[in-house]
Amino acid sequence: MSKITKEDVAYVASLAQLELDEAAQERLVHEMGEILNYMDKLNALNTDNVEPMMHALEMSNVFREDVVGKSLPRATALKNAPQHDDEYFIVPKILENDNA
Amino acid sequence: MTAWYQKTAHEIVDALMRGDATSLEVTQSYLDRIAAVDPQVDAYTQVWQDSALTQAEQIDQQLADGNIPGPLTGVPIALKELLCTTDGYTTCASRMLENFQSPYNGTVVRKLAKAGAIFLGKVNMDEFAMGSSTENSAIKKTRNPWNLRCVPGGSSGGSAASVAADCCTFSLGSDTGGSIRQPAALCGCVGLKPTYGRVSRYGLVAFASSLDQIGPLSKDVEDAALALNVICGKDVMDATSADLPVPDFRKALTGEVKGMKIGLPREYFTDALNPEMRELIEKAIDVFKAQGASFIEVSLPHTEYAVAVYYIICTAEASANLARFDGVRYGFRHPDASNVQELYVKSKSEGFGPEVQRRIMLGTYVLSSGYYDAYYLKAQKVRSLIKSDFDNAFAQCDVILTPTSPTQAFEFGAKTADPLEMYLSDIYTISTNLAAIPGISVPCGLTKDGLPAGLQLLGKPFDEATILRAAHCYEQNSGIDLGKAPIA
Repeated sequence: MSKITKEDVAYVASLAQLELDEAAQERLVHEMGEILNYMDKLNALNTDNVEPMMHALEMSNVFREDVVGKSLPRATALKNAPQHDDEYFIVPKILENDNA
Repeated sequence: MTAWYQKTAHEIVDALMRGDATSLEVTQSYLDRIAAVDPQVDAYTQVWQDSALTQAEQIDQQLADGNIPGPLTGVPIALKELLCTTDGYTTCASRMLENFQSPYNGTVVRKLAKAGAIFLGKVNMDEFAMGSSTENSAIKKTRNPWNLRCVPGGSSGGSAASVAADCCTFSLGSDTGGSIRQPAALCGCVGLKPTYGRVSRYGLVAFASSLDQIGPLSKDVEDAALALNVICGKDVMDATSADLPVPDFRKALTGEVKGMKIGLPREYFTDALNPEMRELIEKAIDVFKAQGASFIEVSLPHTEYAVAVYYIICTAEASANLARFDGVRYGFRHPDASNVQELYVKSKSEGFGPEVQRRIMLGTYVLSSGYYDAYYLKAQKVRSLIKSDFDNAFAQCDVILTPTSPTQAFEFGAKTADPLEMYLSDIYTISTNLAAIPGISVPCGLTKDGLPAGLQLLGKPFDEATILRAAHCYEQNSGIDLGKAPIA
């Protein structure tokens, strides 16, 4: 039996904000199932007393002075926006208004 | 006389200093070379002819005025598509970023420019650096200059192919699980992944932030050292860059390995290793022995778990990093969204290619409620064990020697049908990233099919000097000269 069902794939896609067609869902059930099965080999290891490696380097906090630096000019920051009005990023409607 | 485009960076710097050539001549030689052979190789995604020539003129002017810009004066190089540059585009070989123009230069780009390097343009890669063959690029297919039917490796396939085809002196790539070293091996170049934290990641579009590292792909070890000298060091823009003294890596290239202890991990030399690769590695071992190095067997007992750990951690980090591409501030926006939720979903679904979506899905799954402990936390624990394996091994030896890739360059399509098989092509390189240590791949001969093979040297954290020294000594004494890739 596969590790993962079509319903699982649909649920994960919704978390990931992806829209998958039928064919992609079928494919991912198979591929993710196979990859997750492979990953299950980790269960053969007892890791009860092992600390997780949370960071690549052992580093304590890196501090700097909290001073105002130079930031991007607004026009530069907006340059790549698909839609803007020279002041703000523009997106489609966020809140649906039932009374509208 | 060999053409300028066949020379190394250090040869070009020396020639310019002696006044044997102008920067303009050298740069033009590369641009002509790109025009002649890149249509077959397709390494470049952008060629910056005009700005490269302008840069070269400025270098010549500075030299005429008696100023030396820096250690890379007049050296023409190429940049991987995921390094942020205010010139041109930074596409990550993705439809998502096909029109993205970075508002700032990455730290490595700034440092290279200051050192006098000339940017010839940008080179192809697997989309968002996810892949081992560059077949996941949304822009084009890059071919291996040694055999145009074969892939150049990946994800820095364009970086490796451009160096192998003499279309730049060296290039920068990035390495998350082998993405510098594996294509370097498959294309017959030197590829260096520095220790995590050695090089600032500011301006490197993130794939997996605890694994990513920028490094050079070059024609020889000296150029790798030269490039590392320029790009490394603490950077206030990257809190994970290490505040450690930076040696002059070129000074490490003494040509000697006498007394060096080299470890051979028994888990890498099993029956699974292709006999031809084994033979080439054994010949390399003899070269090191003849130079006075000694070998011991070491053990990295958790090696067999590395691929599983890697694909849990890298997909988890990728799913978080790539969430920013929502069609609002930059990147692809789907035109048909009627509300903001649809905007996110449609933009991501159309903007990302299949492999990127597969990894976002896997990463989201392993981080999701109910699976976090079983996958992500478990993987982080096993990552600790893998790191300890290296600590234990390095208590007994100075460097570790392994093959770089389990196979030579493969044909297009050979592994695309089975993602897991493609993932296993990183088997010898990914532990390095998990352990955050440095690694270098150096050419160690040609296979019967006339394709390059590479050997890998791994070092202690922040001890790039020792692996560079070993690699350089091998390069100088192996008697191996792959010659030039057989393209026109």
